[in-house]
Amino acid sequence: MSGNVAETAEKNVTDKQAKPVLSIRQLQMRFGGLVAVDNITFDVIEKEIYAIIGPNGAGKTTVFNCISGFYKPTSGGIMFGGADIAGRASHEIARCGIVRTFQNIRLFRNMTVVENLLVAQHAQLKTGLLHGLLNTRAYRKSEREALERAAFWLDRVRLREVANREAGNLSYGQQRRLEIARCMITQPKLLMLDEPAAGLNPQETVELDQLIRDLRDTCNVSVLLIEHDMSLVMEISDRILVMEYGQPIAEGTPEQVRHDPNVIRAYLGGE
Amino acid sequence: MDTLFPLLLQQLINGLSLGAIYALIAIGYTMVYGIIGMINFAHGEIYMIGAYVGLITITAIGTAMGYPPWFLVVAALGIAIMVTCAYGWTVERFAYRSLRGSPRLVPLISAIGMSIFLQNYIVILQTSRDLSVPELITGHLFSIDVGGFEVSMSNSRALILLVTIALMAAVTLFIGHARMGRACRACSQDIRMAGLLGIDVNKVISFTFILGAFLAAVGGVLIGLSINKINPFIGFLAGIKAFTAAVLGGIGSVPGAMLGGALLGLVETFASAFLPTEYKDLVAFGLLIVILLIRPSGLLGRPEVEKV
Repeated sequence: MSGNVAETAEKNVTDKQAKPVLSIRQLQMRFGGLVAVDNITFDVIEKEIYAIIGPNGAGKTTVFNCISGFYKPTSGGIMFGGADIAGRASHEIARCGIVRTFQNIRLFRNMTVVENLLVAQHAQLKTGLLHGLLNTRAYRKSEREALERAAFWLDRVRLREVANREAGNLSYGQQRRLEIARCMITQPKLLMLDEPAAGLNPQETVELDQLIRDLRDTCNVSVLLIEHDMSLVMEISDRILVMEYGQPIAEGTPEQVRHDPNVIRAYLGGE
Repeated sequence: MDTLFPLLLQQLINGLSLGAIYALIAIGYTMVYGIIGMINFAHGEIYMIGAYVGLITITAIGTAMGYPPWFLVVAALGIAIMVTCAYGWTVERFAYRSLRGSPRLVPLISAIGMSIFLQNYIVILQTSRDLSVPELITGHLFSIDVGGFEVSMSNSRALILLVTIALMAAVTLFIGHARMGRACRACSQDIRMAGLLGIDVNKVISFTFILGAFLAAVGGVLIGLSINKINPFIGFLAGIKAFTAAVLGGIGSVPGAMLGGALLGLVETFASAFLPTEYKDLVAFGLLIVILLIRPSGLLGRPEVEKV
């Protein structure tokens, strides 16, 4: 298997002539005596949709939490944009261009839809508090631009009609779309989605599939995905990493992974 | 005409200005709680320090120099705000920030320690005696005869009410519309998510403490000018009362703090009009208990939703 994986990765790199955006090297995360994640190494290259799959408890979300700065990995490197970001504060990592969602939707429920999109731009808007208090021209201009960007994304995810509703009152599918728009408005280089299709109906899942591809193609973003919906994963992923008990068991294109004996064993059982 | 009506009218005026002070302090409690979920028990001392810095400023510039009283009031407010904000920031930075993420009791104990420290620090610097604040604001806005009884509002009380209403309006606008206010609301709803979107939550938290100190300093200076004496212990009871106001209105809610402050001030003054004065605190805290029994989340508070 390992020769196969290396070959594929190399082929992909040369194919796209792209450097990796994110490089995970020998990532390990222990909680006391429990090794939740071990020996994880992979690259996400530019404009790639890379999926991590595996049975429940395989450690997928732990990998996400390490990348987004919730956990400080026990050992290993997380290289992003030429720097090792392992163990940095989450807002610093966010400012490097990594943004994520959660399995459960975490919108600012008591704020309106448009406010959710405005507050996500907080870090990008350079005019500070003093400008705000004095309501200077620079401040008003940056607020107007922020509003325009918000309007652009509202159109893009078809939420313009509900712009002034409280986010908590939207339908589930709308909330998912708003969450993705809120990520994208931070202009990330890497978008991390933790089970974005959970709770969506088949129609909404198809739309989500379309949206993710669309973002990859037009916004110059790489996508790192955790997903249980196999049809979605097989459909949109360029490459897939399969984890079990915190360890990698396979990596490759959807086709390769589908026929990997380790993966079949992990998913279908057997010895 | 009987005497009840003028009495009620006078108590309404007194109650509102007392409530205004409570509300100014309560906003500091409620915003800090809303964002980091801790009760900053040192906040009452911040208010007391505001009163002292105001007095020191007035003394330092001196009434002898011939500056008009309004100038001294403005200077006292300005300098007290600046110095007190620095205290507010410092308390958070050194006594609370390193404890963030530890169990809830830990920062609470640190806050109580901070409160004792600040109180004694002022006792050492300024003695524990009452200091008198010069009467810079004299006269009455109005003094009318209602059925043979005089109902009046002093200029100092009028100033308290005016400044408080203006500040409340400004704070409401700021939180509702300004960028930093938006970030504050986002942090109070989901501070980790706010961090993941690139909001520097430490800055937002520092800002909250500074805003709280700002409002408390204004309250401290104005109460000094209205009552004309201060001591290092005024922060303790005022802090507890303002905390009560914040809980009454629903802790975490800024309009709730305003409403709670006004309500508590009114209840207290009305109680002292009809009952022996010693009962006023009893009535105030009794009201808190009753409201919490009926509405555990306070008047305008949202019921706590369990976070997943």
